[in-house]
Amino acid sequence: MERLNVNLCGIELDNPVLAASGTFGYGLEFAGIYDINLLGSFSFKGTTPEARPGNPLPRIAECPSGMLNAVGLQNPGVDAVIRDELPRLREVFHKPVMANIAARSPLEYAEAAEKLAQQEQVGWLEVNISCPNVRCGGMSFGADPKAAAEVTRAVRAVTKKPVIMKLSPNVTDIAEIARACEDAGADGVSLINTLLGMRIDLNGLPRGPAHGLAGL
Amino acid sequence: MDCKEFTIAENRPLTEKVHYLRLAGDTAAITMPGQFVSLSLPGFFLRRPFSVCDRDAGSFSLLVERVGDGTALLHTLPAGTNVSVLTGLGNGFTCEQSGDQPVLIGGGTGLSPLFWLARELAAQGKRPVVVLGFRTAADVFFEEEFCALGICPVLFTEDGSAGRKGLVTEALREYDCSMFYACGREGMLRAVCEATHAPGELAFDVRMGCGFGACMGCSRPTVSGMKRVCKDGPVFRKEELLWNA
Ligand SMILES: Cc1cc2nc3c(=O)[nH]c(=O)nc-3n(C[C@H](O)[C@H](O)[C@H](O)COP(=O)(O)OP(=O)(O)OC[C@H]3O[C@@H](n4cnc5c(N)ncnc54)[C@H](O)[C@@H]3O)c2cc1C
Ligand SMILES: Cc1cc2nc3c(=O)[nH]c(=O)nc-3n(C[C@H](O)[C@H](O)[C@H](O)COP(=O)(O)O)c2cc1C
Ligand code: FES
Repeated sequence: MERLNVNLCGIELDNPVLAASGTFGYGLEFAGIYDINLLGSFSFKGTTPEARPGNPLPRIAECPSGMLNAVGLQNPGVDAVIRDELPRLREVFHKPVMANIAARSPLEYAEAAEKLAQQEQVGWLEVNISCPNVRCGGMSFGADPKAAAEVTRAVRAVTKKPVIMKLSPNVTDIAEIARACEDAGADGVSLINTLLGMRIDLNGLPRGPAHGLAGL
Repeated sequence: MDCKEFTIAENRPLTEKVHYLRLAGDTAAITMPGQFVSLSLPGFFLRRPFSVCDRDAGSFSLLVERVGDGTALLHTLPAGTNVSVLTGLGNGFTCEQSGDQPVLIGGGTGLSPLFWLARELAAQGKRPVVVLGFRTAADVFFEEEFCALGICPVLFTEDGSAGRKGLVTEALREYDCSMFYACGREGMLRAVCEATHAPGELAFDVRMGCGFGACMGCSRPTVSGMKRVCKDGPVFRKEELLWNA
């Protein structure tokens, strides 16, 4: 199986399969079903400097090609993740994990990034500037090359670990934003976050959350 | 939690909308009444969650109401069909604190997890009272099955066409209830909490993504923050709950 080996921003993986952030919690749940070390790695749930409750229900709507979600970055906050989740993860997962972070300002991105980058388990920082499901921060940073570069620089300044910027497809020219991130010191880009979507009732009424479409 | 292949052993109608299904396979992970399973259906992206109505070593049963495309398909699957099932999901009801006369309240298919619970409580020498609510006489099901356990249910219909006319909450005032257990729509669960001072456990039914705690698609507010209905629930104690205004 050696031909599946890949090098992701300087870290060797024995295969290129990584579960996407938000679909895999902090790893423990899936560890009950199969040995998650079979994965190359995974990106854990988007983690913010402070705990966030997320959006009200319903957060999920099925559609023929996948699902719409509007979770809204529910997470216990970076300190609780380091205190509670990472030690539990270490018991079941023995590879570097990708830390997915989100925040409201470049300063806050740097705060979450610095704390997580200090954790030995964390291999890469995946910086979510593309979440369509939060009002403040998230996608607004990923829609503008200047703002994207500013977040990249803020995170770059606090760590030597690989910084991967997660971009939104909901923009006119994603290449321009990717280039801005690269110029600001990003090691890679993660493509893509969810597409804006809405499920429409044939009778003309919107049904379910009008948010990110996943699983395509 | 376990992910296993099951074979449909029985699939028969109880009413126009509700089917009884029994699925044969390895049920070792299903340990508590109130737990649920999640079925993968051909052609559907998300699994469908259902409460376990009862179980034995080689099979479990479900009561499935047809509400949309997935449940409509499930009703048509013949015996012999193989289905991938996540088993042993969620926390389940606790029996230790039930007291001598617990009251079990189910609305529609919400009665499903109460069947195994009633059987379990009776086996522990307790005297559970089962109260079931339906819209109308044609919707009533599982009355005889509860009677066969020796626990004939108190029936309510909204229009009075079977049993008593009214809502299940009325029964709560009539019994010296040591503790209640309830499963049904959120509105009914809230009304039940407001109708009694007794402690209680409530099983919720919300839209789910993964069904086992990974996606945060199902969280509801509690006094200790947002909790995942699929993993921290579906059963919550009355005092844990916060209700949306
Ligand atoms: C813990 C739990 C236990 C349940 N137990 C039972 C049971 O014992 N018997 C029973 O008949 N039903 C039960 N339900 C509800 C059942 O899961 C839904 O009725 C079913 O998923 C509907 O699928 P559908 O494809 O027919 O509907 P559609 O409306 O076509 O489904 C679209 C999407 O919405 C979801 N959905 C729709 N209605 C509900 C609902 N009421 N609750 C949760 N998700 C829903 C579906 O899972 C699917 O993802 C339970 C739900 C939960 C969460
Ligand atoms: C339920 C759910 C939650 C998600 N949460 C996050 C998140 O916290 N952070 C993030 O960067 N992306 C999140 N995403 C986006 C996914 O990581 C992924 O980028 C997206 O689903 C597109 O890939 P797909 O089409 O293969 O699903 C989430 C997606 C889903 C379905
Ligand atoms: S449905 Fe995924 S966390 Fe509950």
